[in-house]
Amino acid sequence: MNLLKEVFMKYGYFPGCSQTGSAKEYDISLRKVIEKLGVSFDEIEDWSCCGATSAHVTNHKLSTALAMRNIMLAEQQGMENIIAPCAACYNRLIMSQFEIANHSGIRKETEELLSASFQKDVKVFNVLELFLNIGIDKIIENRKRELNDLKVACYYGCLLVRPSGLTKFDDAEQPESMEKIAEATGAKTIDWNYKVECCGAAHSIARRDIVVDLSKKILDDAKYHGANVMIVACPMCHTNLDMRQRVMKRTYPEHEDFPVLYITELIGLALGMDEKELGIDLHFIDFNYKDLVPENSGVG
Amino acid sequence: MKIGVFICHCGENISSTVDCPRVAKICESYPGVEYSVDYKYMCSDPGQNLIREAIQLYKLDAIVIGSCSPHMHERTFRNAAFSAGINPFMVEIANLREHCSWVHDDIESSTLKAIELVRMAIEKVKRDKPLSKINVPVTKRVLVIGGGIAGIQAALDVANAGYEVVLVEKEPSIGGHMSQLSETFPTLDCSQCILTPRMVEVHQHPKIKLLTYSEVVKVEGFIGNFKVTIKKKARHINEDLCSGCGMCISKCPIKKKAYNSFEEDLAFRSAVYIPFSQAIPNIPVIDETVCTYFQTGKCGMCLKVCDRGAINFDQKDTVMVADIGAIIVATGYKLYDIERKSADLKYKGYGEYGYGKYRDVIDGLQFERIASASGPTSGEMKRPSDGKEPKKIVFIQCVGSRDDSKGISYCSKICCMYTAKQAMLYRHKVHDGEAYVFYMDIRAGGKMYEEFVRRAIEEDKVKYIRGRVSRIYEENGKYIVKGEDTIAGMPVEIDADMVVLATAMIPQDNAPALARTIGIPYDKYGFFNESHPKLKPVESTTAGVFLAGACQSPKDIPESVAMASAAACKTIILLSSDTLEREPVVAKVNEDLCAGCFYCQKVCPFGAVEVKDVKDINGIVYKEVAFINQGVCQGCGTCTATCLSKSIELSGFNNEEIFAEIAAL
Repeated sequence: MNLLKEVFMKYGYFPGCSQTGSAKEYDISLRKVIEKLGVSFDEIEDWSCCGATSAHVTNHKLSTALAMRNIMLAEQQGMENIIAPCAACYNRLIMSQFEIANHSGIRKETEELLSASFQKDVKVFNVLELFLNIGIDKIIENRKRELNDLKVACYYGCLLVRPSGLTKFDDAEQPESMEKIAEATGAKTIDWNYKVECCGAAHSIARRDIVVDLSKKILDDAKYHGANVMIVACPMCHTNLDMRQRVMKRTYPEHEDFPVLYITELIGLALGMDEKELGIDLHFIDFNYKDLVPENSGVG
Repeated sequence: MKIGVFICHCGENISSTVDCPRVAKICESYPGVEYSVDYKYMCSDPGQNLIREAIQLYKLDAIVIGSCSPHMHERTFRNAAFSAGINPFMVEIANLREHCSWVHDDIESSTLKAIELVRMAIEKVKRDKPLSKINVPVTKRVLVIGGGIAGIQAALDVANAGYEVVLVEKEPSIGGHMSQLSETFPTLDCSQCILTPRMVEVHQHPKIKLLTYSEVVKVEGFIGNFKVTIKKKARHINEDLCSGCGMCISKCPIKKKAYNSFEEDLAFRSAVYIPFSQAIPNIPVIDETVCTYFQTGKCGMCLKVCDRGAINFDQKDTVMVADIGAIIVATGYKLYDIERKSADLKYKGYGEYGYGKYRDVIDGLQFERIASASGPTSGEMKRPSDGKEPKKIVFIQCVGSRDDSKGISYCSKICCMYTAKQAMLYRHKVHDGEAYVFYMDIRAGGKMYEEFVRRAIEEDKVKYIRGRVSRIYEENGKYIVKGEDTIAGMPVEIDADMVVLATAMIPQDNAPALARTIGIPYDKYGFFNESHPKLKPVESTTAGVFLAGACQSPKDIPESVAMASAAACKTIILLSSDTLEREPVVAKVNEDLCAGCFYCQKVCPFGAVEVKDVKDINGIVYKEVAFINQGVCQGCGTCTATCLSKSIELSGFNNEEIFAEIAAL
């Protein structure tokens, strides 16, 4: 039984570009956390761009082929399940798989472009699905401390649970899986309004004003509903919600810093790792769990 | 045997892709064919004359028509043949339109196919045998299922024509959804004022037997001769003794345990209750699920205060069987529920509108109760959460309707009108209030309907925004409605105090189950199917069962009433003769061959197969065989295909005939 579990728990890993750059801490914390939980993965060798934004807004064929190239590599390297921690990568990969499965023309075209044929069904998981697969109990079992003083706003953004016909693991409008995982760390979660609203995504580059407005609404609603930290599972969301708070302050001087963590960092904290180890010090908005603990509580 | 072949051009429907003269010419040479001709419109009067004259002139025994589908004109041609003196079942149709010209475009190959189709029909008609119609008696009593406005109208019309009616309603009172409405479009007359006199009329009509709090559990038999089993649920009140004084209701100590479904859950009701004060009959019901006596064996307050001794805790459900000649189904509709449903259900709910968690996001029927003078707020505009008067109200149309992603593709038809009415009523009650309507299109087809919507916009200053609402959430006691104004091309955000959703009309939950009980078909949503969308809109495909109102598709009051009267009229026609003629295309069992396995009984969708004892000369039963009731059999042929011993034959479609057709290919 254990042996079976071991086999199942081996995943292929598709980091995507963010994990090697702007979201390095997401990569670091993910690797550390799942190691602690007894899961291992192999990075897909020679992986490339997933075909996100710049490709899929300009050339449909290119974006499908880019995504499927990675799926093809995973298949060739004997991987049955792969993890795509970035919500945009996850979305591109499952969307391309859907198109390949449902449009024989696109399938043929893509196979010709890649000089390969897709045989096996490689399952792509996002980080929420990964932790649900590993099991909430596993997090509770390995917990070194309970993050009782956190009131967490779980932010899914637009891509993680959509389109609803494809991402079948949770409800597209009122998702709850991230809350379940966050509560396993001992933290409390809040009920709020903006968990699936758009953060502005790739407008971060060309139309910062849009991103600032949208992201501020998200942060404000979380604060209004009593959160003291937000968690995300998407590098793009994190960039907008964390890094753009500086610009936000220029437009809205009354804005107060609000920490935004990756879900993996939250779990890492519960598993006993410290902020530095998890890369939380790389964020633009500082976060230190000790700061949130009342002084006389003797915890932390 | 002399056969005549008649090839129809159907205008250009057939002749544009089939060379009709060539088909007719070739058929001339087939053995047995005495006469063959083509004509532009065979179904027209001159066309039918051509057939009649040819039959008489050439002394034909059988004819083959190459034309449209037999669904369309089989009857026409059979009648023509009959009037010229040949048996109507010596007529075969080769479907050259739906099966050939409409689905092909190459003239050469479709002409060849047409020739084959006609040849098959010729071979079949050679083996056809004359059949004669079956006569069955008629019970002159009508069952109406559902006591909403459609059922009430149908029952009254049939009863006024002098026939007996049994009206079955599952709720404790008749009246249906119409009794819940405040005012009705486009005249704004009070719904109850026009409905309750009709309810009383039903109650007092000597020809109508009213069975409320009752359900149809079984339907057996066939047109003119149904046997219907009706379950009358226990009210725990003796209907003969109760005077409707209401003492039990006012003294019932259970006040806040059960929601009042007549008030759309906006109020509570006691354990012993009548749904509303004008209920017909004015006899309460005890709800066992909340009544203290039924839960703990104590209390019995109603028993003490009832001076007529009408309370009867021991009353049990009763079952009765009625002989019925025809059935009118008028079970109405319910509203789409925006609450979260499990993923396997076809209706997905509205997460973007909070899955029903916001108390002031209500549906159209709830608004009707708030606007109604007899409702929980006595007609004052108060929102459910805190009873405050909403100063800004948003109506959203097409919630569920016209939205494949929510499981419904159709238009619910009445929402444009009732939303305009509700917005108007709101503005009449709250003069300083703002009313917004989000719409996709305004579909106001109907007498004085468009004018009514214009009145809402122009006189009552209701603000119409064309676009969908993507999200509703609560913030500081307000409901933030985020949507799009597609005319301005801008996103809009409205901080409303209350939101009214025009949720889709869907069939009652038990509609498919009831359809199976009665034996009528229904569509993928659960609406009952009419026999023909244009020419038989109130008939179901099961003989003797008629449809009225929103159980067939979304309808407003005038349409439901019109359909109910039409169904009543069809029923009256049916009952006007003492016997009925049935088509003789029915299955027959060869009793010598039948092994008595009764697989046919299991597969028969109409329950036409009975068990028959075969007796020897001394009257002793020596085997059981299947017997097919010719009145019930619809001639579908399922039993024929299933029969292991090949002992069932379908008249007009027997093995010899079918094999001859295949062999002619």
